[in-house]
Formats: sequence, structure tokens, C-alpha cells
Amino acid sequence: MAHIFILFKREFAGYFASPVAYVFIGIFLVLSSVFAFFIGGFYERGQADLLAFFNFHPWLYLFLVPAIAMRSWAEERKSGSIELLMTLPVSTWQAMLGKFFAAWSVLGLALMLTFPLWLTVNYLGQPDNGIIVAAYLGSWLMAGAFLAIGMCMSALSKNQIIAFILAIVVCFVFVVSGSSIVLDAFKGWAPTLLLDTVASFSFLTHFEAMAKGVIALNDVGYFLIVTAAWLYAGLLIIEQKKAD
Amino acid sequence: MISVKNLSKTFGDFSAVEDLNFDVKPGDIVGFLGPNGAGKSTTMKMLTGFLQPSQGDITVFDMPISQHAKSIQERIGYLPEGAPAYGDMTTYQFLKFIAEVRGFRGNEKEQRIRDVIQKIELQEVVNRPIENLSKGFKRRVGLAQALIHDPDILILDEPTDGLDPNQKHQVRELITQLAKDKIVIISTHILEEVTAVCNRVMIIAKGKLLFDDTPLSLQQRSRYYQAVTIHLSYLADISGLAELDGVAEMEVEQKTGHVTLFPEPGQHILHEITAHVQRAKLPVDTLFIEQGRLDQVFRDLTTEVA
Repeated sequence: MAHIFILFKREFAGYFASPVAYVFIGIFLVLSSVFAFFIGGFYERGQADLLAFFNFHPWLYLFLVPAIAMRSWAEERKSGSIELLMTLPVSTWQAMLGKFFAAWSVLGLALMLTFPLWLTVNYLGQPDNGIIVAAYLGSWLMAGAFLAIGMCMSALSKNQIIAFILAIVVCFVFVVSGSSIVLDAFKGWAPTLLLDTVASFSFLTHFEAMAKGVIALNDVGYFLIVTAAWLYAGLLIIEQKKAD
Repeated sequence: MISVKNLSKTFGDFSAVEDLNFDVKPGDIVGFLGPNGAGKSTTMKMLTGFLQPSQGDITVFDMPISQHAKSIQERIGYLPEGAPAYGDMTTYQFLKFIAEVRGFRGNEKEQRIRDVIQKIELQEVVNRPIENLSKGFKRRVGLAQALIHDPDILILDEPTDGLDPNQKHQVRELITQLAKDKIVIISTHILEEVTAVCNRVMIIAKGKLLFDDTPLSLQQRSRYYQAVTIHLSYLADISGLAELDGVAEMEVEQKTGHVTLFPEPGQHILHEITAHVQRAKLPVDTLFIEQGRLDQVFRDLTTEVA
């Protein structure tokens, strides 16, 4: 535990030592507001909730989270510092978790800084704040799943750009697998079971309920399992490729 | 105590290390020599537990590294090739991070950081980001990182690469000071470094161990070991030198005019030569005993396998 915390501190400080975290948080705040107000019709809807804000999170994360995740392992391998890290008395899974929690905290911080929106909606009406808190938690949980995919892709390549693009592609598959783009391709010939399975992999479907404040065990479980699975895959890849 | 048995490492078809066998005891300062790509770094990476061997065993303090990598790594200080570090951290932050990972807390942590900063003379760069440091300072930060926990085993991959002559001297002094009762393994291209620092030399090329003995016996392998070289101020008859007792051969280097006399094995020929110089009143302005030309031995050894 102590090791994870030490690595977490280093990584977290690393995001703020370079402009990465500031740029990320800035862009996240601007884009999430733009989406909520102009595309989501925050005012026009005339409802005291943040659905217009949360609905766009999967699409925001699709591009922004891979940008945060891409350097996590690729940078270590490129600079050779992975050799230092792996010969310290720290195990690979501790390093993986330290890195994951650091980046996840940056994402959490970005989410927290959207609080003016929450204040606004409270000023304008009487929203159900329980729903909003639940939606925030759901969004953060989903961000963790995106992050785990991004870190796994970062473990795969020394090149950050390749890691970034791979992460977007894989995340995109997970986001859209429940939408009509994918499902229409299966409709008509595939058995319903397959259709349902594909749909059940979708981040969108699982997030939809959470954005409305419904924290169901299967949605939470889904994101936790996806996160754990991709982190584990990343762990195996790093063990294999650390010396390349 | 490090014990290496039948150690091999292959990357695909390429065999980086082939069937290495050696033991290293506390007090040994091993110089690891070899041409580029000889397998030095690969061997070091396996000794530190970074790479898994394809075949063979490494035991450190009677523990197989395959099962006890983490507890062995606690006792190893390692400077990887190129001295990688986290560039966005300052020297102090980096050393603090390493000290924390090594399990030091509170006062002891601060004390260790202070000590190592003083020992390696890093005071002037304490608060500068590592990525902005010169090559020499980066290397020294890497060295500081390897020493902070006072390890029983020190493995340094090219510790003096990129340092100026003063810094090289300083690092060598430091290694000699530290080495008491420790195991030190350093890799280098610099042959003089081995005679200056080490008490044992291993030469590997193409992944094979070619030589494992003291620096002295490496020197003795040289044709030039204990040979005497003289230089004359003006031309004189030197034919008599070749006839002296114990002199096996004489060579004259055309360009510089240096005359080298090679002894028969085990013979000391200096006194014979000086006596002859006196007798024949040869105008000698330079005279010295050769220590053995290591570069020649190195070339001979490593090109045999090529």
C-alpha cells in the first residue's frame, strides 16, 4: 500500500509539473460547458438537472482520457526509466495502480471543477442533488474504464501518438457498441443473444442510467470489471514488453 | 554473494548471452568489459531482476532471483545504462522519491538524501529539474540514486560515461571507497578504468565469457608486459640491445623512433638494459617499463570470437 501511495504521489505531481494536467482540465471544462449549453440545450430544456451536461461525457472522454493515459507507460519505456522503476523494490502491479490512481485523480479533479454548473442549476431551480452526485460518481467510474483502456494501449507502444490513437479506437468500439451504428449491422441476421451481448458492452448503455442518477449494481460492476480487466491486460503487456 | 550458472538470454533468434558461469564474492570489484553489443547490459539487467533469463539460474545471497526478486532488489543499487531518471522532477524530488520507495521515512530519509547529495557533490543542482542537467550531472544523479540505501551490491552500467576527467576520477575514488565488503560490478569501455578501480576483470564478447581474472593477469597477457621502451636523442648503434640476456625480441617503431625490447617470459630485463646503455654510452633520453597494452589484449581476445 505504501508503495502504491509513493508512486501515486510521484505520478500525480508529474501531471502538474508539466502543463499536461492544466491543459487537460482547461479543455475539459471548456468543452463540457460548450456541449452542455450549446448542443445539450441546458437552458432551453427548462429542467433543473444536469443531464445535458452528463450526456456528452462519453464523447468527451473518448478523446481526452487517451490523451492523459498515453504517456503513462510509453514515456517510461521511451526514456528507459522503466528499468529504474522495475529494479526498485516495487512490483509491476503496484506501479500500475499508482499510475492509474494518479491519472484517475486528475480526472476526478477535472470533474469536481465543473461545480459552477451544479451551483447554477441550484440557483435556477430545485434539482435533485442526490441524482447529480450519483451522476458525477457514474461519470468518474466511466472515466476510470476509459483510463484503463488508455493505459493498456500505452503499455503496448513506446510511441505516445500510437498509444493515443489505439486508445481512441478501442474506446470508440466500447462507446458505440450499443448504438445503432453497430447494432444495425448485426440486426436481421445475428441471434438476439449476440445482439444483447454486443449491446451490453456499451459504455453508453451503462452510463445512460447512471447519468439519470440510477446507480445499479450491474452498471457499477460493469465499469469496475472493465477497468480491472484492462489494467490486468496492461500489466501482462508491460511484463512482456518492458525490455523491448 | 552472486552465483551465476549457465546463464543464457535469447531475443528471438538473437543470442545475447550464452552460457555464462561465474561467482562474485563480497570485496570483489568486477570490471565488466566487452565491445558494444557483447551482452554486458543484458547480463546486468538479468542480475538486477529486470530481465528473466532464457536459461540458467542466478542466486544472490543464496536466494534464487526468480523467486525473491523484490527482496534481492532491496539490497541492490543499480545504475541502468544511460542513467535514466524522471526528467520532470528536480534532483531533490527524485532522490526523495527513491528514498521513500526504498522505505526510508522522516529524519532518516532527509539524512540519507543530505549525505548522498554531499557525497556525490550535487549541491548546486538540488533544485533543478533533471531534464535540464548536463550529461555529467545526470549520471551523478543516477549514481546518487543507486547509493542512497547503502546497498550490499552495486551494479553500475557505464558509470563514468559522459563525465569529464575530474569527475571520472572522483567517481572512481568513490567506488573504491565504497567497495569494502561489498559486491561491485561495473561495465565500461574504458580499459584504464579497470586497472584503476577493479580487482577482477571479466571480458565478454558475443555473449560468451572470454576472460575472468585479475587486471594484472590481463596485463600479463600483453606482449608488452614488462617490456622496456627507450628513445635515443640521436642515431647510435643499438644492435647490442637485442643480444642481451633475457631479451627475446627488439622492435623499432619507425614513426616515433621508439625502441621496444621484449623480455623472454618471466624475465626482468631492465637492469641488463641500463647496464648496456651505460657501457655503450647510448644517448638515451627516455626509458620506461611497459605495463602491458590492454587495448591490444582486448582486441586479440574479442576479435577471436568474431
